[in-house]
Amino acid sequence: MVEPNNPTVSDNTESGALNMVKLTIDNCEVVVPEHTTILDAAKSVGIQIPTLCYLRDLNEIGGCRVCVVEVEGCDQLVAACNNYVLDGMVVHTNSPKAREARRTNVQLLLSQHDSRCTSCVRSGNCNLQTIANDLGIFYLPYEQHLAREGWDFDFPIIRDNDKCIKCMRCIKVCESVQGLGIWDLTNRATHTAVGTRGRAPIGKTDCVACGQCITHCPTGALRERDDTETVFDAIADPDKIVLAQIAPAVRSAWGEELGIPRDEATVERLACALRRVGFEYVFDTDFSADLTIMEEGSELLERLGKAAKGEGDSRSWPMFTSCCPGWVRFVKARYPEFVDSLSTSKSPQQMFGAIAKTYYAKVLGVEPERLFVVSVMPCTAKKAECALPSMVGEDGTPDVDVALTVREMVRMVRASHVSVDTLVEEPLDTPLGFGTGAGVIFGATGGVMEAAVRSAYYLVTGKNPDADFFTDVRGLDGWKEAVADIDGTKVRVAVAHGLGNAARLLDAIRDGRVSYDFVEVMACPGGCVGGGGQPIHDGCELAAERGQVLWGLDAAADIRFSHENPDVQACYREFLGEPLSPLAEELLHTDHHAWTMPNEGTC
Amino acid sequence: MARLHVMERSHAQAVMDDLHDALGRRLAVSSLAPCPVEFTAALVNLCSTQSCGKCTPCRVGLSALSDLLADVLEGRADESTLNLIERTARTIYLSSDCAIGYEAGAMALTAIRGFRDDFEHHIREHSCGFDREARVPCVSGCPAHVDIPGYISLVEAGRYADAVKVIRKNNPLPLVCGLVCEHPCEMHCRRGMVDDPMNILALKRFAVEHSDLNDHKPSVADNTGKRIAVIGGGPAGLSCAYYLAVMGHKVTIFEQRHHLGGMLRYGIPSYRLPRERLQAEIDWILSAGIDVELDHSVNGEELARLRDEFDAVYLAIGAHSDKKLGLPGEEAPGVESAVKMLRAIGDDELPDLSGQRVCVIGGGNVAMDVARSAVRCGAEKVSIVYRRRICDMTAQDAEIAGAQAEGCEVLELTAPLAIETGEEGRVSGLRVQPQIIGEPRRGRPAPRAAATPERVIPCERVFVAIGQDIDSKPFEEMGVACKWGCIVTDSDGAVPNFDGLFSGGDCQTGPATVIRAINAGRVASANIDRYLGFDNKIKLDVELPTVQFKGKHECGRCELGEREAGERIHDWNLVEQGLTEEEARQEASRCLRCDHFGFGAFRGGRNLEW
Repeated sequence: MVEPNNPTVSDNTESGALNMVKLTIDNCEVVVPEHTTILDAAKSVGIQIPTLCYLRDLNEIGGCRVCVVEVEGCDQLVAACNNYVLDGMVVHTNSPKAREARRTNVQLLLSQHDSRCTSCVRSGNCNLQTIANDLGIFYLPYEQHLAREGWDFDFPIIRDNDKCIKCMRCIKVCESVQGLGIWDLTNRATHTAVGTRGRAPIGKTDCVACGQCITHCPTGALRERDDTETVFDAIADPDKIVLAQIAPAVRSAWGEELGIPRDEATVERLACALRRVGFEYVFDTDFSADLTIMEEGSELLERLGKAAKGEGDSRSWPMFTSCCPGWVRFVKARYPEFVDSLSTSKSPQQMFGAIAKTYYAKVLGVEPERLFVVSVMPCTAKKAECALPSMVGEDGTPDVDVALTVREMVRMVRASHVSVDTLVEEPLDTPLGFGTGAGVIFGATGGVMEAAVRSAYYLVTGKNPDADFFTDVRGLDGWKEAVADIDGTKVRVAVAHGLGNAARLLDAIRDGRVSYDFVEVMACPGGCVGGGGQPIHDGCELAAERGQVLWGLDAAADIRFSHENPDVQACYREFLGEPLSPLAEELLHTDHHAWTMPNEGTC
Repeated sequence: MARLHVMERSHAQAVMDDLHDALGRRLAVSSLAPCPVEFTAALVNLCSTQSCGKCTPCRVGLSALSDLLADVLEGRADESTLNLIERTARTIYLSSDCAIGYEAGAMALTAIRGFRDDFEHHIREHSCGFDREARVPCVSGCPAHVDIPGYISLVEAGRYADAVKVIRKNNPLPLVCGLVCEHPCEMHCRRGMVDDPMNILALKRFAVEHSDLNDHKPSVADNTGKRIAVIGGGPAGLSCAYYLAVMGHKVTIFEQRHHLGGMLRYGIPSYRLPRERLQAEIDWILSAGIDVELDHSVNGEELARLRDEFDAVYLAIGAHSDKKLGLPGEEAPGVESAVKMLRAIGDDELPDLSGQRVCVIGGGNVAMDVARSAVRCGAEKVSIVYRRRICDMTAQDAEIAGAQAEGCEVLELTAPLAIETGEEGRVSGLRVQPQIIGEPRRGRPAPRAAATPERVIPCERVFVAIGQDIDSKPFEEMGVACKWGCIVTDSDGAVPNFDGLFSGGDCQTGPATVIRAINAGRVASANIDRYLGFDNKIKLDVELPTVQFKGKHECGRCELGEREAGERIHDWNLVEQGLTEEEARQEASRCLRCDHFGFGAFRGGRNLEW
């Protein structure tokens, strides 16, 4: 039997009392539990040994040899990241021997690294750059050999092997966390390189474009396709009216790279920044998240009603959320038998675009083709989603023109000479600029489920529950399950985040080991707050902290039920009719079979 | 000025010799890892350092070859590059003046031809298509993928019972393997790069001998209600039965003979694998709740019945019939097959060879077993007659040395021609033709008749140990596909067209090693479990001691001792003596922990379930 609550990563500490180990590091006496790494032991007394390839629990391979330290009595240097303290050990982290090897190893890495930092997207946020500077490496003694490989620059994920230092993190995160294994070693010995498995063109792989490899890359070897110039061009075009929509999780993180404290980096202050960049209207994807709940919730109830009558899916598979494009791509590539179990509702990003170019064009009284919809997303897969041939209006124009990551948006703010300390909180535009607390929590794992259950309760019973009546699927366990009691009706739900967890869950459903009515999946660990388009902090996993921002906003919100969003209500009243109406079906739902993943149907 | 000089070894020459030794050790343990193209390039570069520089093909050709190989590795090559590589190598081979050149050319040609697919993969995909196997060298080298660094670390920590548990996760016969495994794991041991490979066999034996067999019982999953028949109680059958039982299935072993063990009992003499200890290990396996029917032969009809009665059947009948010499006089009384002789000993029926002269024909481990058993049965003189050289024998070196120490004479380059008979038609000698070693055939130097007259080795007994066959006829007749007598299966062990019938071990591979048979049984158990609609995993819950970084620390390998030959030939007790605790701890501490250091830290590492 599968344990649903397996964490994404293992906990190294064993239960029970641990023996303490006493050692000396750089003349400091250190006492730590056994099975502590030298790295952590040093950290506990304020000694920060530099690391490059190391990622706690995920990539403890001791490959870069930058963290090597000298241990007395041992001729060779020891990697601090994956070797454990021993009683009586005497460690020197910066002895001449250790320092020489560390500097030489970084120089060797730089001999295969394109060090033109001026034109690198990670300049200033690059551990390699920092370490090289800290080690005083201002002269490169080795001849430079760069990979000089081509890439498909139309794909949302860009790899530049001229900058790859073979830390293997991308391989590990894709394989271990996301269960995909897109990246692999492609050669050996001195020609060892990282690339797509078997060197397939990236567009021909099962890559879901989640971007986790980017946020875990220590250098600029992986980045998102930069679409900022397209947006600048649209802003400069007098015929275009450029709209921005801001995804829920963006407000949890956008200030990080600009040095704005989390409590001040509100969505209202971001609206001010985006208006200064030149966006005419700034809206909130929270609005269309609420809309998604109306559509998806209604779809769920319709489905449950059918199931009760013995109609519908004879395999009794649950309905799955469809708001995460990385997840949708994953299902299509690896579990195509589940495609028909995905909700047909478009994601909030796409619903927003579809409403903007119809309903809002009417409100403004302009031709829809004049509207240019830009979304600011914590996500790289959104770039692939908005380019899908099925995500277009009646005339074939895309619902969303450009999806930017938070990082690109920050670069646009910087490029527009916006001084962040002059930013003030400004209200978002109406009527697509208001979202409820239920919409905000879409950005954290379990949020879509909780929002859906809140409104499902209302749709079934005609009355609101307490907004906090169902909080069982919050938290960072990789696979959560609960039963939501909707006035006596038991709805079995599950939530997974990280595609490796999703795969375990799908296997269990397929093998008949578990059974649910409704399942939420987010591709990225922690949900969109941990998204592949969020700001990068090498070695830090910030999903938990960012998630708290969203749960806090929800708790403080005046309205915490999607069905109570007055703008959503107006949109139905004035335009759509009711959830699942023919117009809603046309604009807000999609056919997941209208496009294919490269290897869909071949496995 | 002196007219002549004695040869003196310069310091540089001494360093060169040391480095050559180190390189030899490195090459000896590295064959699992390299990319074929990288390896060819390195080989060509190494060869070019030996060139004296006199002749064009060697001096220029090898360096041109090196450039071309770099083109392949760096993605600059196309099909024409491969042709040029081949032409260059051919020219170096054909036109070099001395062996430095033409042998280099020959190696390059062998590589480009043998690795053609890999070269083409590099050219087409700009990547290496060769599957990297050497994750943890010993674990990759072990057919059953036993977690060797794991149990060695437990031996080092003095936790012998846990070490045995770790072994049993992949191999339910640790005692057997501690005594008689051919230890292919040691072949690739990275410790060999430093000094000598680990003595893995000895450490396994030490762990088993220093823990109580009954320290823990098999932990058996809930009964699944499925019943499986295992035909044959040898290592493959026992291994399959054990894991299936642990998975919760009900297993019955059908054994033709009076005891379980197969070749472990009926092929390997007690002085290598003591009977009572083998039986104790088998009893431990049976304690998982396995039923046994001894003296129960299974023919085609019986197999059909078992297939009806059981949910699945595993056919592991081994290779127990003897191969014939095809020489005149072979039917004479006094000529016997090795299989028959060892089988009788297995049933405690010792032949009386007192005062007799014995010839054993063959050069494998079985020939050594027969020869050494003959000594223990009182033979006056034992000659091992082999047509090739001692160094060509397939028997393990230790077995040959053991036989020689016990007084067996090895007559190499001696081909049997006929059995001579005397009164009552009994054997009176073995007529042989002396051989001369010559040109290679199928890869190794082959003997041919020497211009030396035939002779007769006088003897009263001849034992033929030239290999075993599989008694697969009854099953072939009912439609089971066989090739050269071996049962043909799919890669999962399933017998095609016979739903629920699986097969493995010697009867499927031909005579092979114990550990391969054990693994065949293990693999079949997983696939039978899946066939029955389950996904039962074999898991391990042993926590390992913290890995310690020790750095480079040279230390020789401890070998097993042997009892004195003069003493041991009078009994059937174990010949080899286990390591002392001091030796075992030191030997265990030599392990480089390739599961934690090197590539094992990235890929490989520890496999906790299967």
